Amino acid sequence: MSLGNIFDIAGSGMNAQSIRLNTTASNIANAESASSSINETYRARKPFFAVMHNEFLNVNKDNEFHSRGDEIGAGVEVKGIVESDAPLQPRFQPDHPLANEEGYVYYPNVNVVEEMTDMMSSSRSYQMNVEVLKTAKQMLQRTLMLGE
Amino acid sequence: MGSINFNNALGVHPDAMLLRGKRAEILANNLANSDTPGFKARDINFQAMLAKETQSGMAMSSTNSAHISGSSSQSNELLFRNPSQPSIDGNTVDTQLEQTIFSRNAMDYNSSFEFLNGKFKGLKSAIRGE
Repeated sequence: MSLGNIFDIAGSGMNAQSIRLNTTASNIANAESASSSINETYRARKPFFAVMHNEFLNVNKDNEFHSRGDEIGAGVEVKGIVESDAPLQPRFQPDHPLANEEGYVYYPNVNVVEEMTDMMSSSRSYQMNVEVLKTAKQMLQRTLMLGE
Repeated sequence: MGSINFNNALGVHPDAMLLRGKRAEILANNLANSDTPGFKARDINFQAMLAKETQSGMAMSSTNSAHISGSSSQSNELLFRNPSQPSIDGNTVDTQLEQTIFSRNAMDYNSSFEFLNGKFKGLKSAIRGE
């Protein structure tokens, strides 16, 4: 039943967007987390998305969409979360308790403006998936009323 | 042929409804992947696919038994949407476009449902003879 698949697809979209929102929250919360060494400093985290391919769908030979090696994806998945390799911000703060011998403190490479736009984008995408889910639910509910 | 059977009575609407359901799935997948780098938006040609499902008009007629039966093979495919504003990461999902097509498809699904429901109501009242 293809309408049932929409629940999985929109659900995977909501899941991916909430992970993205989660990393954004983590990045913003740690935007000022100082550290005395480069290796221990927090780095901005970004999830990366990829199309999810449903293997169950692909073995279904009755579905004409797959007869030509074509396949509809089955939603979106988070392939992983990578740390940004943008340069950290060393600041000269000799009074800081975490300052190293040279008097430097390292701050994360979090770009707060970028994180805010990312947050808006992911919350909109989340809402969009909720709308898709709502519509699919209405379609299914109506179908159940057939013949009444 | 003239007697009442479900295929004659219901016409194109069950096929149309199934196809609308499948199309809703494709469009939902486009929307779920609106932030996936390199994802290409897909869609089907509804008219061509419906014509194929119902086998009306699109099939080639054979006048000799040696003829190879053929039908429009174009309609079978999942097509790619032509992007109006492709993004740098290779994603061609135009969110607002997909959203309008999705809601329009849902409306079309509902109208197919109404037609089908009307057919069933007609059959029911014919059976009751009221």
